[in-house]
Amino acid sequence: MSNGADRSASLEHYVSSQPFDPYSIETLTPDQERIYFASQWRMMWWRFKRHNLALASAAVLGLLYLSIAASEVLAPYNLHSRDAEHIYAPPQRIHLFHEGEFVGPFVYGYSYRLNMENLRREYSEDLGWVQPLRFFCSGDGYSFWGLVAGSFHLLCPAPDGTFFPLGTDRLGRDILSRIIYGARISLTVGLIGILISFALGITLGGLAGYYGGWVDGVVQRLIEIIRSFPELPLWMALSAALPVTWSPVGVFLGITVILGLVDWTGLGRAVRSKLLALREEDYCTAAVLMGARPRRVIFRHLMPNFMSHLIASATLSIPSMILGETALSFLGLGLRPPVTSWGVLLTEAQNINVVALYPWLMLPVVPVIVVVLAFNFLGDGLRDAADPYAGH
Amino acid sequence: MFHYLIRRLMVMVPTLLVISVLVFVIIQLPEGDYLSSYIAELEAQGEKLSREKVDFLRQQYGLDRSPVEQYLVWLGGMLRGDFGYSFEYNLPVSEVVGDRLFLSFLLSFATILFTWAVAFPIGVYSATHQYSWTDHGLTFIGFLGLATPNFLLALVLLYFANVVFGTSIGGLMDPEFIGEPMSWAKFFSVLEHLWIPVIVIGTSGTAGMIRRLRANLLDELQRQYVVTARAKGLPRFRLLMKYPLRMALNPFIADIGNLLPQVVSGAAIVSVVLSLPTTGPMLLAALQSQDMYLAGSFLMFLSLLTVVGMFLSDLALAALDPRIRLTGGTRR
Repeated sequence: MSNGADRSASLEHYVSSQPFDPYSIETLTPDQERIYFASQWRMMWWRFKRHNLALASAAVLGLLYLSIAASEVLAPYNLHSRDAEHIYAPPQRIHLFHEGEFVGPFVYGYSYRLNMENLRREYSEDLGWVQPLRFFCSGDGYSFWGLVAGSFHLLCPAPDGTFFPLGTDRLGRDILSRIIYGARISLTVGLIGILISFALGITLGGLAGYYGGWVDGVVQRLIEIIRSFPELPLWMALSAALPVTWSPVGVFLGITVILGLVDWTGLGRAVRSKLLALREEDYCTAAVLMGARPRRVIFRHLMPNFMSHLIASATLSIPSMILGETALSFLGLGLRPPVTSWGVLLTEAQNINVVALYPWLMLPVVPVIVVVLAFNFLGDGLRDAADPYAGH
Repeated sequence: MFHYLIRRLMVMVPTLLVISVLVFVIIQLPEGDYLSSYIAELEAQGEKLSREKVDFLRQQYGLDRSPVEQYLVWLGGMLRGDFGYSFEYNLPVSEVVGDRLFLSFLLSFATILFTWAVAFPIGVYSATHQYSWTDHGLTFIGFLGLATPNFLLALVLLYFANVVFGTSIGGLMDPEFIGEPMSWAKFFSVLEHLWIPVIVIGTSGTAGMIRRLRANLLDELQRQYVVTARAKGLPRFRLLMKYPLRMALNPFIADIGNLLPQVVSGAAIVSVVLSLPTTGPMLLAALQSQDMYLAGSFLMFLSLLTVVGMFLSDLALAALDPRIRLTGGTRR
């Protein structure tokens, strides 16, 4: 004991002159602060960023949706302009060099011959006829969003030339332009449809999950019944019931409503099962005891918990709507011209002759595939990011 | 098990009843009925129908009664095997439908077998070789199948089958067998034609199946019992077959409930493109001409097919998974 006292006596007593900060250990560096105080959405963004494919898909979809805003400018031709001299013309290749000399992007003109044996229109490149493309130019007239008349295009054919990079259809209409215009309808069908299905799914699933009991029973049965209908025949039957007297826009809205009405069951189920688990939590009971109404409890306290999951699963069900619209239009039960969607464009490719003679008429399927794939990958990424607190 | 079966059957009856009501409402939705469009057509051709004749026809087809009465008559008829009368064909629906229902059933069944046969090995391979190039490649092909509209794939395959094999693949049998009674030759002809629609319809369902099996199997492969078994020296393949695969198989069977409506939907549109003598094209025609009893019977049959399919998959699941038959909970 005395030994210890000796040793302490030999040590000099040190007192820091710095003011005392009781939180010195717990202070976070700005870097740590950024991570520890990040909001849930910020963390989801970080996690989402790591999913390269999903990020790329989001970019692609973003560009496509932006293109909707300016379809008229992006498309080299008007939606309805026909070129009677170029019916079923094959795609024109874009060249850069003419006879070894750089000319910039141009196309060769068509030379056309009617094969008198089988009456096929035969087009070939006229190598002497160089048609340089024009950029930021004035071309086909249009009415921007049906409001403002204009004729400005990003890209136009040469003054007396043609520019059909994806060929033309049976009326000599440019397929590329029609695809660009078709995006407007095809992409919004999925969005409006998913809004309807989202609203229905949250409301009905929420009621079922929050109240349980007989409400739950009824909603569950309803979901089961709707799910045991095969989707497409049900869509077919419902859209066959749309009155023929409706305007094309009315039919468009009708179709989206039908797509949404049939599709909400998956979301409804997800909401229900989440709510069933969450409503037993203490904070939910606390909210109820403090006099919160069911609507407030559901939307303010419970819903934010799994909103991200819902958005992810909604994203995953947009593709089925886009494909559904395509299928319905293809069967002639969906949208009708003059409304132009990718499905309507594909009705042109309805028989085997098209595959054999005019395969470029099937090109509108490319954007369909791209969009469906992109939504799938995006949904996958969102689903992985939806729960940033789990794992890792 | 027996109790579970009974309970499950009891749930099916009201489900089917509600479905029949819905189907009836849907086929009644379009304005007017077949008769009014028929009369309009006759008048357009210059024929004049007397009021009595119209009333007679209306009474004959039961169109003068209230919708509720019409529904009850339809439902009662269906229970006795009488599916009503097709206006378009002037025949009882059961005669028009003929063996279309059977062929639809055959097509769906073959497609599900195909989906399983493809998805199962690929799913297992993808899970055991996670993040390998083959895994990525197979997943991508699966996604591509999911994203391509069925009808277009059908068209392209139809063309290539025609070019490569030199046979006309449209239809579900060689022309000389149409209307013939069933024979072995006809059966083989059907088999020969069946593969295109089966592949086309199968592609859309396979991707989802592969992904689910892969995810399930990956979960199982990380469990401790797998490590234990490996540590004890069980060969990798034997272990895989014996434990994780069996666990991952349950959702596979339960999935038939999701798969069936999808297959039936796919069959409907592919049949239109390939002009298969199944329910699809006739349903489309019936819907367009407001041939309500014909359309209704088809819708009813397709729903019945899915409901019974789900029932069977629930039974199989209960047989495999004791948790389900003992607690009596339905899946999910």
